[in-house]
Amino acid sequence: MILRRGAAESRSRPTPARLRPAWLAAGVLAVLVATIAGLAFGSVSLPPAGVAVEILNLLPGVRLDSGLTEREAAILLQLRLPRVVLGLLVGSMLALAGAAYQGAFRNPLADPHLIGVAAGAGLGVTVVIVLRAGTTAELPIGVPVAAFAGAIGAVLLTWLLGAAGGRDRSPATLILAGVAVSAFLSAGQTYLLQRHVESLREVYSWLLGRLATAGWHDVLVILPYAVITAAIVLTQRRELDVLTVGDAEAVSLGLHPERSRYLLLVAASLGTAAAVSVSGLIGFVGIIVPHTIRLLTGPSYRALLPLSLLFGAAFLVLTDLLARTAGGDAEIPIGVVTAFLGAPFFILVMRTSRAVPT
Amino acid sequence: MTTSGGHAIAVDDLTVRLDGTLIVDGVDLDVADGEWVTVIGPNGAGKSTALRAIGGLLPFKGAIRLHGTPVDRMHRRERAKAIATVLQSPVVPPAMRVFDYVLLGRTPYIPPLGRESAADLDVVDEVLAALDLTPFARRRLETLSGGERQRVFLARALAQGAGILLLDEPTSALDIGHQQEVLELVDRLRAERGLTVLATMHDLSTAGEYADRMVLLAGGRVVAAGTPAEVLTGANLAEHYRVKVRVIEGDHGPLVVAVRG
Repeated sequence: MILRRGAAESRSRPTPARLRPAWLAAGVLAVLVATIAGLAFGSVSLPPAGVAVEILNLLPGVRLDSGLTEREAAILLQLRLPRVVLGLLVGSMLALAGAAYQGAFRNPLADPHLIGVAAGAGLGVTVVIVLRAGTTAELPIGVPVAAFAGAIGAVLLTWLLGAAGGRDRSPATLILAGVAVSAFLSAGQTYLLQRHVESLREVYSWLLGRLATAGWHDVLVILPYAVITAAIVLTQRRELDVLTVGDAEAVSLGLHPERSRYLLLVAASLGTAAAVSVSGLIGFVGIIVPHTIRLLTGPSYRALLPLSLLFGAAFLVLTDLLARTAGGDAEIPIGVVTAFLGAPFFILVMRTSRAVPT
Repeated sequence: MTTSGGHAIAVDDLTVRLDGTLIVDGVDLDVADGEWVTVIGPNGAGKSTALRAIGGLLPFKGAIRLHGTPVDRMHRRERAKAIATVLQSPVVPPAMRVFDYVLLGRTPYIPPLGRESAADLDVVDEVLAALDLTPFARRRLETLSGGERQRVFLARALAQGAGILLLDEPTSALDIGHQQEVLELVDRLRAERGLTVLATMHDLSTAGEYADRMVLLAGGRVVAAGTPAEVLTGANLAEHYRVKVRVIEGDHGPLVVAVRG
């Protein structure tokens, strides 16, 4: 009886725009496939089945024979696994932050890198690197905090400058403001480096974007920030759908759009800062991933935010695999790979996305 | 005029400033339960601003009561269940389907972090059917014509389940055929659902045909109020619109035609 009623309803009315279980499953599958691929391939190739078994062995109580040699298991668990997990975290943060900025600014071109947030975080990290030049090999725990301060400063500056061209902050105005803010902050960074040449090499290799550091240190540094960011942004997914029809409508429907926007900007900047502080400047992930998901599942943030988290994670791990393997012996900086992929995609988005009225 | 018994909307000495400029200057306005009141006035008279303040979209001074309760003492969700607003040119979000757009009207009933209930979906179905929009449910909003969109905007407001409907220039983007269609629809819904309607309109004849009472605003103040026949007089319109008109007796109210001086 209940089943028949359900069937009749599905014919007569569309399902509301929300996260479909099939898409959620596809996202989880993408993460698993990317993880196995990221672990199995590289300078030394390992059998994917053996890799999968070795990962299952990490679960408490599981003891299976993976067929990997001791050396292969060491490569897998000590070198590749931390790097893949870091890629998952950074990719999910960049994609989720991109989607959150796009919703909060009601602007399809918003991306952590295009609105100056990454440059702000970068300046924050540079300051820390320069100040503690030559002391330890690993970045101090305080790095994400400095990156966050820079990121929040930059997003505020872009938001204020964006209003200079009119209160509506059209997509183009906001991006122009972001370019100006990025240029300003990069100039600050260049000045700092010029005064502290001894840090140049370290900052430069970090700037290009990298997931190269071995060990679990970086993962542990950004994990808490990633969890907080994801938790806050995901609570706002319905609010973001209402925000797409405008602030006045959102108020008349009983919401607090300013409060939601504030929460989202802080959370997305926190996630960006965490990502930037361990991986440098990896651009365009926040454009490529959310827009591809929009094309596939429609505009609702109820699906877009969780799927950006999953597919962003998978995307960056696969991109890192490409960066590690495509250039032969020399690893290509991952930021260079995402820029090669992202720049044409950006033009595609500009051509296809209608100007979003505010 | 501070009584509010039997009034769906009671506005007392409403004053609104935008960026320091006085836009609405001490307006008194009552709308009885089930009544249709239309606010008219020349451009810049403060019609839309007054309407937005009543809908809770702008800060104001003075008192606005909905069924006797001051709006500033209501929670936003509570207010959204009492009063629904259709703005003059609502944003058309890209790629959103009609069904999902109308479902946004249920926002005040959906708890934070929750999802819509079966009852919410039933309301959307019912509203779509009442407005002949069921065949459009899966269509993207931006693919609809102006008249169809206006019906969808109304549907979203009706899905809010509020007894009071605020309409800001509901027909300004429509040709006269679709203007009439939308206003007839609002009138029918008002009768069927016992709605109270407060609208702003530019077309004086059309405004007079549907409203029970009219309020003429000029310079942010009420300069005339009463039945359409009392408000739409040659003298009122000449003074506040600076136009010479001929007022003709119509079946549902006076018809106003501007003539050369």
